[in-house]
Amino acid sequence: MLDIRSISKTFNPGTVNAKKALSGLSLHLDAGDFVTIIGSNGAGKSTLFNAIAGVFYVDEGTILLDGQNLTFLPEYQRSRMIGRLFQDPLKGTAPGMTIEENLALAYLRSTKGSAPFARISKRDKALFRERLSLLHMGLEDRMKQPVGLLSGGQRQALTLLMATLVPPRLLLLDEHTAALDPATAEKVLELTKTIVAKQKITCLMITHNMKQALELGNRTLMMADGNIVLDVGGEERKNMSVEQLLRRFKEGAGHELDNDRILLS
Amino acid sequence: MLYILQTALELGFLYALIPMALFLSFRILNIADMTTDGCFVLGAAVSVTMAASGHPFLAVPAAMFAGICAGFVTAFLQTRLGVPSILAGIVTNMGLYTINLMVMDWSANVSLLKDDTIFSLFRETGIGGQWYEALLAGFITVLAGVLLVLFLGTRLGLSIRATGDNIDMVRASSINPTFTITVGLCISNSLTALSGAMVGQYQNTADINGGTGIVVIGLACLIIGETVLGRRSVLKGAVAAVVGSIIYRFIYAIVLYTKIMPVQGLRLATAVIVALAIAFPTIKNWAAFQKRKMAARQKGGR
Ligand SMILES: Nc1ncnc2c1ncn2[C@@H]1O[C@H](COP(=O)(O)OP(=O)(O)O)[C@@H](O)[C@H]1O
Ligand SMILES: [Mg+2]
Repeated sequence: MLDIRSISKTFNPGTVNAKKALSGLSLHLDAGDFVTIIGSNGAGKSTLFNAIAGVFYVDEGTILLDGQNLTFLPEYQRSRMIGRLFQDPLKGTAPGMTIEENLALAYLRSTKGSAPFARISKRDKALFRERLSLLHMGLEDRMKQPVGLLSGGQRQALTLLMATLVPPRLLLLDEHTAALDPATAEKVLELTKTIVAKQKITCLMITHNMKQALELGNRTLMMADGNIVLDVGGEERKNMSVEQLLRRFKEGAGHELDNDRILLS
Repeated sequence: MLYILQTALELGFLYALIPMALFLSFRILNIADMTTDGCFVLGAAVSVTMAASGHPFLAVPAAMFAGICAGFVTAFLQTRLGVPSILAGIVTNMGLYTINLMVMDWSANVSLLKDDTIFSLFRETGIGGQWYEALLAGFITVLAGVLLVLFLGTRLGLSIRATGDNIDMVRASSINPTFTITVGLCISNSLTALSGAMVGQYQNTADINGGTGIVVIGLACLIIGETVLGRRSVLKGAVAAVVGSIIYRFIYAIVLYTKIMPVQGLRLATAVIVALAIAFPTIKNWAAFQKRKMAARQKGGR
């Protein structure tokens, strides 16, 4: 499915601020994998996502998705296949445009070759309405309102819907519930689980909640210093406690997990 | 008096496509496009030159095409070559000066003496009586506005709007911002050139300096229109451009007629209006902050 072969990225090379954010990282995902990622602040988790999504080109290594080489593909072309959610709920939607218009934009991905002058049809609207109703937020009755009027949680739920309106081959979730209040975060997480399971999307999710990292999905990665230091799945993971996970991290990384926002329970 | 108002209406329609172009570039795409001045003259130059050689109708699409090219150069500079957007427009504008002279066969102005224009040909149909100029200019402008609003509701139009609204989102959602910015600037400059083309044939002349400051006047018109109508939707924005332009030309006519101030003074007044309107949010924040500081001082004793 996703095949990352020893990618490296150094920011500001040749300056005093040079920072090797990814160093020879390799990763293979199978179709349908739901992988959680944890790690210290600055471990390179977001950088890994940015490398996959094409925010920048990696210095070394290759990235393959379903056999297709993405390494030198520009960001906008990769985003036809890759959906993304960020921690900041404001990042994923256009505030000055209506809910309907935002969804229509997300729908572009499916209809790659279609006419640029096509307008939002009745059928599109019906589809948007149906999908919105699955969020149970009453947004289906507010389709003509600008997204800027929605709360952070509503915007993040909408972004999730937009990212999966046409099932992406890969979904990248970068602490997408971290900026929401606990109740809303819980709701968005539930939605994520439902949608990912229903559409069988291959998914990578960064979280700072250790318990969540073990409970969700089928595999957990821990990152430190621009690389993966721990990769657990299968039976081993099922029986693992948070304490064991932390101990294993220390063995792999050579230091304790330090992330001031980490949640142990 | 009626004559003055009629002229104001005509000019209002003729120039309305500039605030409409700025609505697209400045409001929707968030780019202050300094190509506008030179592009307006380009439209006039192409249009008048072609009308002089007997093609008043062909002159209009030709002028628009020239505008598209100008917009493309500015877009290319900023999206592909990393030139800051304001500078990209200024650079293109500078280059256009020479291009415009070239179009006008190296003279600073060209005139239409007895040649047909779209206006003279339209008068012969007898439609609209003495209001024929306002009618034709209004028709073309409203048509362009309707097409623009319809376009902004299409997939491509939505992508252009999203580019100005949230570039982060655009990058993450399979839209190529280079492409959307390019299309947006090409369209906005074709509108500017269309305005130039109509004004040129209306006044029977094109002048190399005819576009100076037109971008600021266009912004003033847009701001006036938005003040009257609000700026919630695309449709309102397009209508605001036309309404603002007509109001501006009425104010201009009144100043001209009543002589309450020298007409040359209008430029300064326009500049002040634009600066204040754009600075308004900052001034409002500053005032709110001062008020809070005062309140805190009164409560805390010092
Ligand atoms: N665009 C950038 N320019 C310079 N340094 C960056 C950039 N993006 C990330 N970094 C650096 O790379 C390291 C990894 O960052 P990041 O991937 O965001 O960490 P995290 O694991 O917390 O998400 C950090 O030291 C960060 O400062
Ligand atoms: Mg991060």
